[in-house]
Amino acid sequence: MTSPNDPQTRPHDVLVIGAGGAGLRAAIAAAEAGADVGLVCKSLLGKAHTVMAEGGVAAALRHVAPDDDWKVHFRDTMIGGKYLNNPRMAQLHALESPDRVRELEAWGAVFDRTRDGRILQRSFGGHSHPRLAHVGDRTGLEMIRTLQDRAVAAGIQVYMECTISRLTTGPTGVTGAVGYWRTTGRTIVFPAKAIVLATGGIGRAFEVTSNSWEYSGDGQALAYDAGAELIDMEFVQFHPTGMVWPPGVRGLLVTEAVRGEGGILRNAAGERFMWKYLPEERRHEYAADDAEAATWVTALSQSKQTDARRPPELSTRDNVARAIYNEVKEGRGSPHGGVFLDISYLPADHVRRKLPSMYEQFKELADVDITKGPMEIGPTTHYVMGGIKVDAETGATRVAGLYAAGEVTGGMHGANRLGGNSLSDLLVFGMRTGAGAAAHAQTVDGEPHMDPVQVRGALRDLEAPFERGSGESPYAVLRALQVMMQRLVGIYRIEADLDAALIELAELRRRWAEVCVDGGRTYNPGWNTVFELGNLLTVSEAITRSARQRTESRGAHSRLDFPDTDDAVWGHRNSVIAKGDDGRMSVHTAPVPDMDPELRTLLEADHR
Amino acid sequence: MTEAGSTSAPTASSALTPASPAGSSEARLRVFRGTPGSEPRFDEFDVPVEDGMVVLDALHWIQGHEAPDLAVRWNCKAAKCGSCSAEVNGRPRLTCKTRLTDFEPGEEITVEPMRTFPLIKDLVTDVSWNYEVNKTIAPFTPPTDMPQEDWRWQQEDIERVQEYRKCIECFLCQDVCHVLRNHETERPFMGPRYLVRAAGLELHPIDQADRRPYLKDSGGIGYCNITKCCTEVCPEHIKITDNAIIPLKERVADEYYDPLRWAWRKMRGEGSGSGDRVELPVLQGEPATPEQAPD
Repeated sequence: MTSPNDPQTRPHDVLVIGAGGAGLRAAIAAAEAGADVGLVCKSLLGKAHTVMAEGGVAAALRHVAPDDDWKVHFRDTMIGGKYLNNPRMAQLHALESPDRVRELEAWGAVFDRTRDGRILQRSFGGHSHPRLAHVGDRTGLEMIRTLQDRAVAAGIQVYMECTISRLTTGPTGVTGAVGYWRTTGRTIVFPAKAIVLATGGIGRAFEVTSNSWEYSGDGQALAYDAGAELIDMEFVQFHPTGMVWPPGVRGLLVTEAVRGEGGILRNAAGERFMWKYLPEERRHEYAADDAEAATWVTALSQSKQTDARRPPELSTRDNVARAIYNEVKEGRGSPHGGVFLDISYLPADHVRRKLPSMYEQFKELADVDITKGPMEIGPTTHYVMGGIKVDAETGATRVAGLYAAGEVTGGMHGANRLGGNSLSDLLVFGMRTGAGAAAHAQTVDGEPHMDPVQVRGALRDLEAPFERGSGESPYAVLRALQVMMQRLVGIYRIEADLDAALIELAELRRRWAEVCVDGGRTYNPGWNTVFELGNLLTVSEAITRSARQRTESRGAHSRLDFPDTDDAVWGHRNSVIAKGDDGRMSVHTAPVPDMDPELRTLLEADHR
Repeated sequence: MTEAGSTSAPTASSALTPASPAGSSEARLRVFRGTPGSEPRFDEFDVPVEDGMVVLDALHWIQGHEAPDLAVRWNCKAAKCGSCSAEVNGRPRLTCKTRLTDFEPGEEITVEPMRTFPLIKDLVTDVSWNYEVNKTIAPFTPPTDMPQEDWRWQQEDIERVQEYRKCIECFLCQDVCHVLRNHETERPFMGPRYLVRAAGLELHPIDQADRRPYLKDSGGIGYCNITKCCTEVCPEHIKITDNAIIPLKERVADEYYDPLRWAWRKMRGEGSGSGDRVELPVLQGEPATPEQAPD
């Protein structure tokens, strides 16, 4: 067996960690800027979580709604985020997403078309206009394949099935990364002038999630350990519609496009309950009754303009998820603990054409024909709005040479993300961050010096789980973490639970330090789980501490003991997590970045 | 856990346990274990069955309870990423989409790696050859003299291309393809997956590249004798043979075997018109052949 103390060395100008949409887009931008780029991914290329994105990519192309423009998109994003968004990020995102979508088309993406032959756009929750460019309900697959082909054609070096376990730093900032090949267990070091983290989210910290095993908070934890700040980690999006049955697919995503195409939510009594849950200040944006909602759906299905307002099911995700949670809690749930989502009142061939993968998913995995009857759905952990604090223009963190893009970052989405804004986020900021990292790399002379003490320490940590002769299985500790987070830090939170969670986290961390793995280093999932579990413990603590600090309810963060939104105290504060000098996690707040006065006028009609 | 061929007593729950109405039944899985150079074997596991359970759930149960180092490649668990491909009772399938109820009660479920690719460990194979083949295909080539604003096409014009682009790269079609299976290392054929990709590019409304010489000479499209095995195993239900390979074969035939075009090429002094020949990559490592496993 290869000695793990004998790592391979692969220097690059820019090392991109994560090959979903954000990482691929960053790698392409860095390569176009002339950098020598390495792209590392935990899975095979093209399997990253972007592939799961279904509904569409939000961009004010104005193909369906001529009244739309970047200003309306910006405003919708800020309202959806409850004004905690970094306003400059929300502005850049709204301004640049149309160009990023057109660029995908120029690279070969084949989006669904309007009647006049242009890219079609669909409606989604919280968006004032039909805005999501899409390909049926497999938009993410189309995007990742297009970006993957572009990156391959650009000759970018890809390291597949490779895990990064540590970033190394020096007096001038980040110097490289240490990791190992999952396929062989052999260690590898990457001296790098700049590093882009694009590792996605944290969903695996919870028991019920739409996320795959990859979503273990790696980038957040790597950045935190390297000295970067995490912001707004309490804002975890529980998507309203995950599958609830059968058990093996519990949490699997049911795209918001089902509601975007006219899906109706009903409780066990048959009541269309979303009418009860529309927030008063937004009620004027939604249909007045079933008849107006039906007019909207009919017009949509015939690609016609209408003055009818959208159905109540298209409220923002945080609101719909809480509504479903309440219905179930108050005893009006479906047989398997969810509620019903029905699209079967529309013609069967229309449903199959618009939602082909949902049709397949329910038919194959749950024996349910969604063209004939309702789906059973319930909330599922889906996305983290919080993440690494970055500069809006370049994706730079406060650690020189360390950059981040996509779900791993915070700021863009504030307290709640609108559907469709993640795919546009990763395109806009993937590109900006790749360019930012490449520009930084040009300022660094020669190959960076990786501190051998740090490298040796990282290699030793990789070995440790094998060297403990006995101990608990990492799977058992992971399972305990997921159950605990779901129970104590889920959709509704209260101080006593969060305090209990912090005590349990300390205990879980103690158990984690003693886990032991069987078998060899070749493709050993138990070994891989050890490092992912360590990252999950870090992000779970960050979520819990931030949630405990924010004594209000806002967006995706709902406190039973502080049910109101407290604009006076919290309306302009981001939560900030950083590693203290003593090595312990510190939590504090910082003001939301200033908004350009011109942007402020766009919001004034709405801002309280 | 019992090992096949061992002399240990049978486990308490027999593979013949019928599925009881209470749902407390078990399924017996025989799972291929091994690495290149090690003695391969099948391990047997009795897994408690839940409603709606799929083979991948059962493999996860085994990882969590019996064999934490069991190597399985997976990501989305929703038939969208194409990672968890394996051969289940000899048939190439996504394990996340293979329901335990697809089998008779008490039927043993044998799970093996894809045998067309070199074994890494257990159910995981080295599929990097596919990624190397992909690099040899000329990428999307839009016209340089047409502003993007003028790229207009109707939904019905792109439905075929969108069908090809549904491919999730599970490589089950590559696994089942007998041309690839019959050539161990130097494979003269790009395989169904990459004919589907090429078809998506060739039939794109505005793509300008001509991949016919490549398809004929480097890609080896002539090797396909349309047995449709690939179509049968495609989890995305892409009609690979009828909708991708046959139209491409026709395009290549029109170019090369049309007597007028042939005469034209002769007059212009062209050979058989191969263009820039690209060599397909050589497969590295030993394919995971069935002979590796004692039965």
